[in-house]
Amino acid sequence: MLNKYPLWKYLLILLVLALGLLYAFPNLYPDDPALQLSTQKATSVVDQQTLQKAELALSKANIELKEAELTSAGGTLRFNNGEDQLAAKPVVAAALGEDYVTALNLVPTTPEWLASLGAGPAKLGLDLRGGVHFLLEVDTPAALKQRLEVSSSEMKAALRKDRVRYRSVSIADGVLSIRFLKESDLALAEDLLKGEFAEYRYSTRQEDTDYFLDVSFTEAETKEIESYALQQNLTTLRNRVNELGVAEPLVQRQGSNRIVVELPGVQDTAAAKRIIGATANLEFHLEAGLDDQGADVETLSFRDGSGRTARLERDIIITGDSVADASSSFDENGQPQVNISLDSKGGKQMTKVTRSAVGRNMAVVFIEHKSRSRFVEKDGKMEEVRRSYSEKGIISLATIQTTLGNSFRITGLDSPRESSELALLLRAGALAAPIYFVEERTIGPSLGAENIQLGVTSAQIGLLVVMLFMLVYYKVFGIFANVSLALNIVLLMACMSLMSATLTLPGIAGIVLTMGMAVDANVLIFSRIKEELANGVPSQQAIHSGFNRAFTTIFDANITTLLVAVILFAVGTGPVKGFAVTLSLGILTSMFTAIVVTRSQVNLVYGGRKNKKLYI
Amino acid sequence: MKVTTIPFMAMRKVVACFSVALILISLGSLAVKGLQFGLDFTGGTLVEVAYDQAPQLDDVRQLLADNGYDDIVVQNFGSPTDVVVRMANAYTPTLGDEVLDSLRNNGEVSVTLQRSEFVGAQVGEELREQGGLGMLLALLIVMLYVAVRFQFKFSLASVAALAHDVIITLGFFSLFDVEFDLTVLAALLAVVGYSLNDTIVVCDRIRENFRIMRETEPYDLINESINQTLGRTLITSLTTLFVLVVLFLFGGEAIHNFSMALLVGIVIGTYSSIFVAANLLLALNVTREDLVPTPKEELEDELP
Repeated sequence: MLNKYPLWKYLLILLVLALGLLYAFPNLYPDDPALQLSTQKATSVVDQQTLQKAELALSKANIELKEAELTSAGGTLRFNNGEDQLAAKPVVAAALGEDYVTALNLVPTTPEWLASLGAGPAKLGLDLRGGVHFLLEVDTPAALKQRLEVSSSEMKAALRKDRVRYRSVSIADGVLSIRFLKESDLALAEDLLKGEFAEYRYSTRQEDTDYFLDVSFTEAETKEIESYALQQNLTTLRNRVNELGVAEPLVQRQGSNRIVVELPGVQDTAAAKRIIGATANLEFHLEAGLDDQGADVETLSFRDGSGRTARLERDIIITGDSVADASSSFDENGQPQVNISLDSKGGKQMTKVTRSAVGRNMAVVFIEHKSRSRFVEKDGKMEEVRRSYSEKGIISLATIQTTLGNSFRITGLDSPRESSELALLLRAGALAAPIYFVEERTIGPSLGAENIQLGVTSAQIGLLVVMLFMLVYYKVFGIFANVSLALNIVLLMACMSLMSATLTLPGIAGIVLTMGMAVDANVLIFSRIKEELANGVPSQQAIHSGFNRAFTTIFDANITTLLVAVILFAVGTGPVKGFAVTLSLGILTSMFTAIVVTRSQVNLVYGGRKNKKLYI
Repeated sequence: MKVTTIPFMAMRKVVACFSVALILISLGSLAVKGLQFGLDFTGGTLVEVAYDQAPQLDDVRQLLADNGYDDIVVQNFGSPTDVVVRMANAYTPTLGDEVLDSLRNNGEVSVTLQRSEFVGAQVGEELREQGGLGMLLALLIVMLYVAVRFQFKFSLASVAALAHDVIITLGFFSLFDVEFDLTVLAALLAVVGYSLNDTIVVCDRIRENFRIMRETEPYDLINESINQTLGRTLITSLTTLFVLVVLFLFGGEAIHNFSMALLVGIVIGTYSSIFVAANLLLALNVTREDLVPTPKEELEDELP
């Protein structure tokens, strides 16, 4: 019989809709802003007492706490809104002291039985939640240069060992040039280095009376070094972000030399930037003796601005990379200090050097790689010019009293902030290559909340307007279309949650736009049915051919829109991607609801009966 | 809605003149004025702040100038208490916070940071290139799909109609100095998708009618196809325009330009799917043979 669905079809549709409702449901339970308490030290635990301490501090500061609970990972303090949460963080951190880590977090309020089914609310993008988005570029040329510098001293040593005479060594534009006076020396050096340093490409040239051996990385090696620098920086950034105590951070590679960092909920962007972008490192040098001269000595000034200088050996005992752990505290005079423990290799090296240097001075040098960017007009276009430079300053110069081992402390820092940040940086590791901020977006939490409000309001009004129009224009069939439209939104939200796709403001706009467009398929079908009826076709036949004949049109029209949405997803970034996601999901779900769900309603009401007038 | 009998094809010369005029104005404006690219594409720094009490913009400018920031643009954003400061050049990672400090004027004024954005010149240029490339790619893929599903002439006509919509929407943004940022680009691509949707519905009807109405001339056939789909075209456009107007009015400053681009694009897209695509099909001399398989093939199909 025409327009009758078998029972299994109805059941299948009901099953899909039930699943949709189930997975869309958690979106009605928005996440609570919360503080996550945890501890890194074995000696302290988060227990009921800790929570009480925090609660007391909060009530003193007049901040309303929604709920405090112990979890397997530590403790959770829930708040009514983001402002309370932000105000509470410094209060709780101060009350609990340094042994505890307080991190901003969003805690789901999804009922347990739903959560156990894997259902949860859709993730909110930074524009709805507030937070910081950074795009960092790794300075790969600098990484290559660093590698060349290391190799240049190794090559010099090799040449010296085999008594090959060279005049000078210079590095420019990724090429290491060794100058020789005699052609025979050049040939000797080339043979020697090619054997020992195979990862390089060698070429020779002659300028006036001098002979040059140009050394540069092979393409494969260049790629390898660049990719290593990026990988290393990713790891370091992850460590640093973890040290910052941010919940659900994102640190991700983008393209060949960029890294995206997203920190939801972070407000103090200045601090975040200082720590993420810091290229500070430490070097330990021995003070040069009076008879040390020339290229092996460099004169550095102290960081305290006193104008004092010291002459140091260029040879490095160890760098900050050998630091296994670091923490900040105060010395007996109340001055900030950093306690350092070295890894075993670093400790051995330190012992080896200091054993024969008791009585000499050792300097701790603080190095920071910085860059300045300026915009310069060139050929009528503004171009960004970046110049990088490093700042070196002595933090402390102290006499080695005894052989140093794995752990020691350094003093001479400006402020407690500097000591704690230095400790953090030493723990998290140094960046393998300098990084630059090429894009940064900060969204305040109030703007985020406002954006959600605006989005939800327009979605509600939009839905209402479309539904009213359909009802007035298509009467009973309008009701069918409206039911499908409502279910379409439920399914769309369920898909977003299931895929844990990120909802952004343009994403909400995409949902609203989908509402307008989702009824299109029904409009197409209904116009066909009307047309058939106008041609005198009986009602059952009209419904049947209306649905059938509209199908190819709907299919073609939606597939092309879907193709465009996919391109949008590939091209877009951040919020725009969110738009592409809701748009394409909306197209898919609307095809299901507009065709199958509407048909099932029509069949249920009109199917298999005779001569019924269609209210369309 | 009754099937109308509007002689669309009779108007085609007038309509063609109208379209050509719009395109010329758009291209002219794009060539002379260009687009007012937003931060996403130019690179630079932007700080949006909220004051408790609406400030005098001139005072804000003066304050920033006194603090050594020149070459800045200070504007209201959505409401008199929201202020946006834009800077084209010179970036240091802490610039946003420094500007905020300056605006607070040693704590005299209560200002909260709503958002701050920085886009490097290099990134801006890449986004611009990527966006243009995406647009071309979208048109190309659409052209291929329509060529496969329909026929080459249809694909040429629909892509030309799409280009028509995109150029005129761009022209609108250029002519009225509306800022063109990433969300507007997204809207433009959505317009391509939407307008295509409309065009395909019309083309689909034309194809169907070529199969059914064997005796009708292409001129009348196309006219009738447009009339048959007119009801659907208008209703869908109407519902979409409803929600867009809602978005435009209630969606907030952040997606204002986005919804404006969609509004303009969808109005133009509806017009082009009624007038432009079909018009071009006729100009390309579309015939029944382009779509309906030749009788010889049909014979072969019937063989066991």
